Amino acid sequence: MFNPSAKLKVDPRDGKLAMAHFFVAFTALAIGGLAGLLQTLVRSGKFELPAGIGYYQILTVHGVVLGLVLTTFFIMGFQLAATSKTSGALTNKQRIAGWIGFWLMTAGTVLAAVMILLNEATVLYTFYAPLQAHALYYIGLTLVIVGSWIDGAAIIMKYAEWRRKNPGQPSPLLTFMSLVNTMMWIVATIGVASTVLFQLLPWSLGFVETVNIGVSRTLFWYFGHPLVYFWLLPAYMAWYVVIPKVIGGKIFSDSLARLSFILFLLFSIPVGFHHQLMEPGIDPAWKFLQVILTFLVVIPSLMTAFSLFATFESFGRSKGATGLFGWVKKLPWGDARFVVPFIGMVAFIPAGAGGIVNASHQMNQVVHNTIWVTGHFHLTVATSVMLTFFGISYWLIPHLTGRTLTKAMNKLGIIQAVIWSIGMTFMSGAMHAVGLLGAPRRSSYSEYGGAAQAAEWIPYQIAQAIGGSILFIGIILMIYIFINLAFFAPKGEQEFPVGEAADEAEKAPMVFENWKLWLGITVVLILFAYTIPFIDLIQNAPPGAKGYKLW
Amino acid sequence: MHMHKFEKAWLGFGIGSLLVFLTVLGVSAFYLGNQPPSCLATIDPEKVDTTVPFNEPGLKKVEGKDWDYELVYVASAFSYSPAEVEVPYGAKVKIIATTKDVVHGFEVAGSNINMMLEPGYISEHVTTFDKTGEYLIVCNEYCGVGHHMMSSKIKVVE
Repeated sequence: MFNPSAKLKVDPRDGKLAMAHFFVAFTALAIGGLAGLLQTLVRSGKFELPAGIGYYQILTVHGVVLGLVLTTFFIMGFQLAATSKTSGALTNKQRIAGWIGFWLMTAGTVLAAVMILLNEATVLYTFYAPLQAHALYYIGLTLVIVGSWIDGAAIIMKYAEWRRKNPGQPSPLLTFMSLVNTMMWIVATIGVASTVLFQLLPWSLGFVETVNIGVSRTLFWYFGHPLVYFWLLPAYMAWYVVIPKVIGGKIFSDSLARLSFILFLLFSIPVGFHHQLMEPGIDPAWKFLQVILTFLVVIPSLMTAFSLFATFESFGRSKGATGLFGWVKKLPWGDARFVVPFIGMVAFIPAGAGGIVNASHQMNQVVHNTIWVTGHFHLTVATSVMLTFFGISYWLIPHLTGRTLTKAMNKLGIIQAVIWSIGMTFMSGAMHAVGLLGAPRRSSYSEYGGAAQAAEWIPYQIAQAIGGSILFIGIILMIYIFINLAFFAPKGEQEFPVGEAADEAEKAPMVFENWKLWLGITVVLILFAYTIPFIDLIQNAPPGAKGYKLW
Repeated sequence: MHMHKFEKAWLGFGIGSLLVFLTVLGVSAFYLGNQPPSCLATIDPEKVDTTVPFNEPGLKKVEGKDWDYELVYVASAFSYSPAEVEVPYGAKVKIIATTKDVVHGFEVAGSNINMMLEPGYISEHVTTFDKTGEYLIVCNEYCGVGHHMMSSKIKVVE
């Protein structure tokens, strides 16, 4: 497929917009990482927080800053850069939308951060009512979401413009993928925006006295699981499109990549009940239905796994590899742009398996709200996704700042990923193991009145602290590399790798660009999965709950 | 759209395993009755202390039901009532619990007795205690500054 922009750099003005996002993202990494380190130290029982800082306060910082701020800013920055690269520079109008989005998100982040620091919002990032935070905390998080919509509008406008100018042509793959993820994000965040605007804000401002807990949790989880796919899909973008180019191979199939993204759009959202399997108030049959819908996401994940390894193998064989696994040796094991995301892909194998346990109708009962779950998402988002984001940074940051990834930084990048893997093996491994023994998540150090069971957990908590400390070294290294690539690396040209499809003769079917169809099916699936239980939660609701500030 | 034959085989295998897995889950849920705790009963969270059976938390022998005992818990920040209870070995027990204030967890550590307690809702789980010893109940959903102090004990005795 001819791609006129293949050799072009991202427009410097768009590069600046993307870099602004990355500065916030990496600041968040530093702050959230420090909070994470402190948590593991406190939970080892060997350390206490100074100056009256609360454990649950830094837990809130950790969740908000890493789960919401770092990810949303990095993803929006990456998707804007990818769209600008593959569909051409943003128009002034689109770029202004990007900047408005960025500043709204930043203002919201600062507002939420101030409320957390003032100890007015120690409700964690899940803010489960009836724990009641200060209204400004909810407003801050709302601004982050609304800002991300306006950011996303820039991507949607660019896509629409490209389609107008290229009638009958499938859109560039990276633009297509950015668009799918943006639309999935907008559909999903309607849930959290609704509970905040219509339930939590009026309630925290004192306009209404009580809140319907069942409805607020259902709206939160309507958003809460798609959120993890919002993190994952940009990693998949890099795996599908960027990695093949980095190793010097081809994308296995352009059409299959699009199909898997469409399947993620369809199946990401009607799945939230699997987070609510242990809750009263929802009929088990509806829970089971959403369990089935959750598992359908396995299909595009398997497609992705196949596509990646097919790309690796066909590349290796084209270099003359023989035997069943001879191609493994031909991969560029010295290139951080490949190795770092590759470690992330490998981590996704146990991570995905753990996810199947979590989402299962009854197996969930053993692990629900234990620290196993924390171990699980430290493998998925904090390893698979984060290492891929770091791998993206190693070429994207210098590309945008007009610098190059030096050999030294490349090597440091690989060292960083190895340190990360070691730290995570300790921390996530210990979390998984002690979770099966019953240790709860989101809890400070406790001996539970000298209970024998709780005493068994403590060695694992020390292992978590060791892992957390190693991970923090990894974070310091990453921040160092980021600063180097943003300000100090030598000037030069760093490639933005965009892979080409192996089957160049075959055009992607235009049905993939039919958004009335796909968004229509998405809405139908959501209505199917949610309408009846949701009406039930409202009609058979108990008296509402008053607010509590228990910290 | 072209699909490579290996891709078809891989997806066929994947979707096949998925169907087997979901069938196992479905049979377990709907034929063997292993449903998650989904009690659909509600309660006024302000009146927990005066509502039967929560006015008298603790273990009670019952007659003519599918279980021998009912074990009633009231959770509030940051404790469970009762704080400790003795259950006879081998007893089939229905645990019935609710909360007076915020969302709490109810997890018998190291078992599959695990449920969310939400204001306004009653949670139930039927189980058989077929191992003697002391079991720790912990709150596994963040409920405030004393969250990690919130626990209770079940002693299973001969």
